Amino acid sequence: MSNQGKMDCGRRRLIVATAAVGGVGTVAALIPFVSSLLPSERAKAAGAPVEVDISKLEPGQMMTVEWRGKPVWIINRTKEMLDTLPKLKDQVADPQSEKEQQPAYAKNETRSIKPEMLVVVGICTHLGCSPGSKFKPGSDEGMSADWQGGFLCPCHGSTFDFAGRVFKAKPAPTNLEVPPHVYLADTRILIGEDKKGA
Amino acid sequence: MAAGNFEKYKSDGSLGGNLMEWFDARFPATSMWKAHLSEYYAPKNFNFWYFFGSLALLVLVIQIVTGIFLTMHYKPDAAINSAGVPAAFASVEYIMRDVPGGWIIRYMHSTGASAFFIVVYLHMFRGLLYGSYRKPRELTWLFGIGIFLVLMGEAFFGYLLPWGQLSYWGAQVIVNMFGAIPFVGNDLSILIRGDYVVSDATLNRFFSFHVIALPLVLVGLVAAHVLALHETGSNNPDGIEIKANKDENGIPRDGIPFHPYYTVKDIVGVVVFLMVFSAVLFFAPEGGGYFLETPNFYPADTLKTPPHIAPVWYFTPYYSILRAMVWNFFGLEAKFWGVIAMGASVVIFAFLPWLDRSPVKSIRYRGPITKVMITLFVICFFILGYLGTLPPSPAGELISQVCSVFYFAFFLGMPWWSRMDKFKPVPDRLTMK
Repeated sequence: MSNQGKMDCGRRRLIVATAAVGGVGTVAALIPFVSSLLPSERAKAAGAPVEVDISKLEPGQMMTVEWRGKPVWIINRTKEMLDTLPKLKDQVADPQSEKEQQPAYAKNETRSIKPEMLVVVGICTHLGCSPGSKFKPGSDEGMSADWQGGFLCPCHGSTFDFAGRVFKAKPAPTNLEVPPHVYLADTRILIGEDKKGA
Repeated sequence: MAAGNFEKYKSDGSLGGNLMEWFDARFPATSMWKAHLSEYYAPKNFNFWYFFGSLALLVLVIQIVTGIFLTMHYKPDAAINSAGVPAAFASVEYIMRDVPGGWIIRYMHSTGASAFFIVVYLHMFRGLLYGSYRKPRELTWLFGIGIFLVLMGEAFFGYLLPWGQLSYWGAQVIVNMFGAIPFVGNDLSILIRGDYVVSDATLNRFFSFHVIALPLVLVGLVAAHVLALHETGSNNPDGIEIKANKDENGIPRDGIPFHPYYTVKDIVGVVVFLMVFSAVLFFAPEGGGYFLETPNFYPADTLKTPPHIAPVWYFTPYYSILRAMVWNFFGLEAKFWGVIAMGASVVIFAFLPWLDRSPVKSIRYRGPITKVMITLFVICFFILGYLGTLPPSPAGELISQVCSVFYFAFFLGMPWWSRMDKFKPVPDRLTMK
């Protein structure tokens, strides 16, 4: 062959250009496939606020409602429960709720609008299990003797106090999330929205 | 030119011979049969540990066949049906109760998952004993690690499908692990779920991954694993290269054709395996709560985690390592390091070919340090596995931390301890013991 050993640079450039255009096309073709993995419009639209009647929630009781597929706990805390909170100041990781895990109106020691009424998402901030209630102080429910009452995550052992504050040196990095909520009336809470009638 | 192909395998004139000649001119049937079976020379001293490769292939076939039949009746649907039960959960109950033969097909599939891991762990342990991953078989080992990872993916995606309590909360925990990755974690876990919580969208895509995407990859990797093995030839309990000593025909003096010698030997393994497998199927299909966990007989409840959740036994060693990690480092949360440690504990197997610096491959010619290290590693692996099935406790946490440290020390210290050992002289020819 006459052109043996010689490279046809024009042809090489065409091959490179063709491969580049083909590559761009292939990457562009990935877009619909990757975007199909994202939450659909229907999934985005779900998650309307939930209205809850708490008139039957006695002190010391807790109820669970579903909001955006997650459990939201409403706990009517007794005075004894609330009294444990200041005592645990040095044992919890974020006693003042510095991390953005609650709306501004719940950034206080009780992490609530009304001191006794706690509204939190019952999902552990570690890997998303729902902690169980261990309300009895002491070792009655399998906790340590100095346990003051609160929540234990069954999956990886994170513990939370009666304000959903995580104890130090536990797998969960932050306090339980307080969802946006508002009191429509004294015994009616709207979970998922901050403003009445918004 | 085309005539050359017809001359490759000459017919003896019989009808079968003519048919084969026609075939071989168009497809490498005889040449592949010879290259991979009748003229693939394997070391003559394979022992008990060499059953598990072919058994893994058998379990793969069981999983694919039972899976095809389960797919005919299963519905990946999280919607609550008229009886108040999620459709996916109800369809599994339907398979178990109403589909003729459905119960045994389902138990074969669920028991097969555990059997797969038992066989694969023993197969990997064989590699550790005899240095099967050492040069020149590094790629065979890496394809094997790929198979192991895909298998873990298959097990994880498959476990969501019955939509029971452990399906749901197990998926919740594992998907949230990706959320621990800094910056992109949260978006990544939403991309995996296809929703803000584990939901119908998640169930459907996991079904797709489980029945089509990963099986395709798995079969491809298995082919690559076997092809790479057949390129280098098999290792053996003595850890010496049989190709170093060939007769005048170029056939290894210590090799015997895979077929019929090892095909027949493997059939014995298959029979014994099927006896054990059937015993589990008929007498303990739930494997004492280890193969099918009790909370999974309750439909998924998105508001309530079962009081005790643990992954299936084959994931528990790594799960223990995840739980053992409770310290923050470099300003990053313990949660992130736990996920990193767990990922590393699985992926670290891939580095064995380069971590092991011992001058001999097989444990037969290695000294006490190797034997002690491997024994301790196996003990740690079992302890971690056992602790992973238990609820978290302070004592368990401490023990799993100690075992996790040893687990990584075993691998990361290997370049040193594997060289320090005493070694026996390696024979030139295979030994039959």
